[in-house]
Amino acid sequence: MALTEQEIRHVARLARLGLRDDEVERLGAELSSILAHVSAISALDLDDVPPTSHPLDLTNVLADDEPRPCLSTEEALLNAPDPAPEGFRVPPIGA
Amino acid sequence: MATFSTLGLTAERAAALLDARELSCEELAAAYLERIAADDPALHAFLHVDPERTLEAARRHDASGRSGFAGVPIALKDLFCTRGVPTTAGSRILEGYRPVHDGDVVERCQDAGLVSLGKTNMDEFAMGSSTEHSAYGPTRNPWDPETVPGGSSGGSAAAVAAGLAPWSLGTDTGGSIRQPAAFTGTVGLKPTYGAVSRYGVVAFASSLDQVGPFALTVRDVAALYAIVAADDPRDTTNVGPAEAVVRPEGEDLRGLRLAVPRDQLTVGVDAGVLERFEEAVALAVSLGAEVGECTLPHASHGLAAYYLIAPAEASANLARYDGVRYGPRTDGPDVQAMYEATRHDGFGPEVKRRIMIGAYALSAGYYDAYYGQAQRVRTLIRRDFDVAFADYDALLLPTTPTPAFRFGAKLDDPLAMYANDVFTLPANLAGLPGLSIPMGTSDGLPVGLQIVGPAFSENRLFAVGHALERAIGFDPVPPRLQGVTS
Repeated sequence: MALTEQEIRHVARLARLGLRDDEVERLGAELSSILAHVSAISALDLDDVPPTSHPLDLTNVLADDEPRPCLSTEEALLNAPDPAPEGFRVPPIGA
Repeated sequence: MATFSTLGLTAERAAALLDARELSCEELAAAYLERIAADDPALHAFLHVDPERTLEAARRHDASGRSGFAGVPIALKDLFCTRGVPTTAGSRILEGYRPVHDGDVVERCQDAGLVSLGKTNMDEFAMGSSTEHSAYGPTRNPWDPETVPGGSSGGSAAAVAAGLAPWSLGTDTGGSIRQPAAFTGTVGLKPTYGAVSRYGVVAFASSLDQVGPFALTVRDVAALYAIVAADDPRDTTNVGPAEAVVRPEGEDLRGLRLAVPRDQLTVGVDAGVLERFEEAVALAVSLGAEVGECTLPHASHGLAAYYLIAPAEASANLARYDGVRYGPRTDGPDVQAMYEATRHDGFGPEVKRRIMIGAYALSAGYYDAYYGQAQRVRTLIRRDFDVAFADYDALLLPTTPTPAFRFGAKLDDPLAMYANDVFTLPANLAGLPGLSIPMGTSDGLPVGLQIVGPAFSENRLFAVGHALERAIGFDPVPPRLQGVTS
């Protein structure tokens, strides 16, 4: 169950996680060992067992459609590393 | 001001001192702040303290009149959002973040008049069992500074054990309250999933995370649980407690049916832990409980299921840390490069590891084999508990297989670190409440007894825990701190 360097880089890209070459190598070894351990459950025959996504039996509820106070623009921008007057400034998309 | 020590001081006793006017709220808060100033540089239980803010809050309670637990101090794990007060979740990626809102439990503590002493250290994003994964350095165990306090809520546990706070709040996703409680000789409760609101709590794994209290006694844990457990419409998974919280009084266990899942105790349990456990089971019998045996045949798959479900959910929850809305940013030529660089620099090695496992387990072609299969195992574990609870009121287990381990012992072996949660994470997978109380020591370090009950049976756990706590007679003050007064 060894993950290739290509697989590690693909997953890191999916997770928007930059990795140095040494981190790719280390994570490849660590993830392979962890997945070898946890993949024991992939072999269990559980086709007739329903999945549990959530421990409580909840039914959906709808909120009243009433306006409520929310954050001001100033508050929303308070922690931004690069705030613009009415938004968050980011580098170009898809340069 | 009366001479007193914050060591071993319960919230109940502190409130009684305030009621009797032997102390003012300000004097009580000042005593804890002095203790923090003296001892925390070595212990590192706190990430943020603001003495002026604390004393000002205490003085308000002196001025306005008080009742109940008003004026009693509390410490908060650093993943509860506190308005205007730094909240880092133990991560560099939230360095400098000051929330613009208070979490629900923070509001409830304020409404009850509790005075915040500060924010406590933790493994980054609650991922870890030792606080060694905090980006701000580890917390030490007050019982032995060479050993870890457990985690992820290690700072909240160590603060209570060392007399730096009478009680505290933490969170438990796979054992992060019960395991540090066991390692530090404190009492910790992981409530039923849905009992306490998670509004304003930094999320780790949303189908598992739950907020709960640490204290020196079961009665204090019950009192703090009563303050924070409530139905909050801002957390859609939250239903509140099913009944009014009862602070335990009784000292026997007559009429209660308890079970020991013996199949869980076969491998890897420290001899000293087993000895203390068998003594506790014998005490339960002598207090009048009927004690039988049960099995949890699928719990052995719990570790694997947990270490797929928790990272998968974490990889989704942590997608929000992207250097746009809060936290530090590392620049890049385009937005994708900026995201990748920010997350590279902001997350520590354990968080990266779990994001990668989670993203892999959720990626196309693997979802059913990993995440889907783990959710089916989760159903089997729930059924195991359902079968046990058809015959028994609660289960008894050690909280952890070993006492506190030394720094570095498991740091380079993620699987060994994860195995420390083997007795605690089944309750998270099944959404059940678990209470850890000290059951004595092994090699001079505290070890914990875990009591697990059906959903919303917290009052029963308090009753069992209180009776056993009285019978065990554990002294929660670490011997190396005995004789120290503030």
